[in-house]
Amino acid sequence: MSDLAGQGRTASSGPASPSTGDPVPDRIHAVPVRHPGRWLSAVVVLVLAAMVVHALVTNDKFDWPTVGKYLFNEQVVRGVGWTLWLTVASMILGIVLAVLLAIMRRSDNPVMRSVSWVYIWFFRGTPIYTQLVFWGLISVLYPKISLGVPFGPEWFHFTTTELVTASRAAILGLGLNEAAYLAEIVRAGLQSVDRGQEEAARALGMKDSTILRRIVLPQAMRVIVPPTGNETISMLKTTSLVLAVPFTLDLQFATNAIASRTFQPIPLLVVAAIWYLAITSVLMVGQHYLERYYGRGFDEHHRGGRRGGPGGRTTRQEAIAEAGTTPDIAVFDDMGRPHAGGAGGAR
Amino acid sequence: MSEPTTGDAPMVEIAGLHKEFGHLHVLRGIDLVVPKGTVCVVLGPSGSGKSTVLRCVNELEDITAGRIRVDGELMGYREGTKGGKPALFRLGSREIARQRARIGMVFQRFNLFPHMTARQNVMEAQVQVLRRSKAEAGARADELLRRVGLSDRAEHYPAQLSGGQQQRVAIARALAMDPELMLFDEPTSALDPELVGEVLAVMRDLAQSGMTMIVVTHELGFAREVADQVVFMADGAVVERGTPAEVLDHPREARTQEFLSSVL
Repeated sequence: MSDLAGQGRTASSGPASPSTGDPVPDRIHAVPVRHPGRWLSAVVVLVLAAMVVHALVTNDKFDWPTVGKYLFNEQVVRGVGWTLWLTVASMILGIVLAVLLAIMRRSDNPVMRSVSWVYIWFFRGTPIYTQLVFWGLISVLYPKISLGVPFGPEWFHFTTTELVTASRAAILGLGLNEAAYLAEIVRAGLQSVDRGQEEAARALGMKDSTILRRIVLPQAMRVIVPPTGNETISMLKTTSLVLAVPFTLDLQFATNAIASRTFQPIPLLVVAAIWYLAITSVLMVGQHYLERYYGRGFDEHHRGGRRGGPGGRTTRQEAIAEAGTTPDIAVFDDMGRPHAGGAGGAR
Repeated sequence: MSEPTTGDAPMVEIAGLHKEFGHLHVLRGIDLVVPKGTVCVVLGPSGSGKSTVLRCVNELEDITAGRIRVDGELMGYREGTKGGKPALFRLGSREIARQRARIGMVFQRFNLFPHMTARQNVMEAQVQVLRRSKAEAGARADELLRRVGLSDRAEHYPAQLSGGQQQRVAIARALAMDPELMLFDEPTSALDPELVGEVLAVMRDLAQSGMTMIVVTHELGFAREVADQVVFMADGAVVERGTPAEVLDHPREARTQEFLSSVL
């Protein structure tokens, strides 16, 4: 078989001008446009920021020493831990369910489609607070949970209070509710993938499940990750609603409890706010890296970092030029246009 | 059945193929035989149904009537009897996937997987469908990328390749499945004019290696040089067929003459 690469001439990058080392003659060094608005806005923002800092520092009602005292209080730190666990666990539950729901929603099977639709309709249509109260009351509604044939024999049974503890009820409530919202995000992501992708994969003989797992879902992730990051950050703060279960170990409850014990609500609200902000910042860093990973191949300036492929920032245009299959550049040279002072002589 | 790939044993037999999209009757009784190891070029104005024929062969479309056989095997259905009468049983998706894996297809818009490098694109179906080991699939991918002249682009993502390079990767991806038949659906129509040549060169190469090919294209030069059989379609039917010399140089039908004069 013949080798087709490099059949054309390689694109010469043009010899440098001997005097300046710059291949471009008369490069423009213009005086840039001035931006007085930027300076003005910077001054205004600085003044406003100073005012805010001043207002925060000098108002002793914020009671910064108390904030410092309770920032790493054991009860508060344990609250941070529980809040993180609730967020992570309910998001994992939500994401797994959401992917299933989204796949069911686009299935050929009408039963699956309806189940998904009804689920989303119900869990999106009722308040999260109500759902959390419901999960807290589940042991009252069903003191015993058994596994068996409906109206028939039963194989196992559990006491509900043992199976559904307060933290599990909280995770169930938050996760099942979140799944309904995330399902729509996943569905939008799956829809965003070009139909030709599925067709090409089918033409290669791939099964539907393989196509979803290897071709469609990885590309959909690019669209799914940003709003899911948003949902995760939202979830972080929604966990403060688990009081409805009631679950009483999360960050918001911990700071509230200290506040009502010590009669210092404002500094403890500040403590909670600082922690929520800190966690959000960490989550945003994680989101950035996830977006970069799933954006591989789409943003051509970032190489995916896999197996450290060739050179860093190959653009499409460079690729075309390097391949030497386009005659354009060579034609330009052959015509001997007067470019890059003295280029002709260098050949 | 297991004759070597020579002589006139048909690779593709299409008989009485009809296809409707809703009320639109796009294929109106197509008959086509492509012997093993030959190249069939399908020409015709846009909307004549040429691409649909290819998509039916690969079961990307359900057919409305007719039979398509590839290497003697009926595509998409199993013949049997129901209540004492002959009946067609639709194949399950797994069986259809198996049939498709024997046929390579190249699309007008390349449809490379953008989240995978060129090498991964060529490896993917080998690993997922043929269950080859990563090492084996990788070696085959390297060999095929070399064959289409893209060894040095193996670790590039599709967005970093020119259209012509992407289409060559797509051809390598299809060849990696060791197909017995290759379908080309306007493989050069989405390319800048100066990139067409490199793709046609790979296809010419492939034809010379004895691959059975059905090519839908507007490249008359390619048809003249490579085709064993040229088929001209219009309005969902075959208007004229024959050797390149017959159809391209001495068309009998007015519809063919009109089309050729508009293309040239």
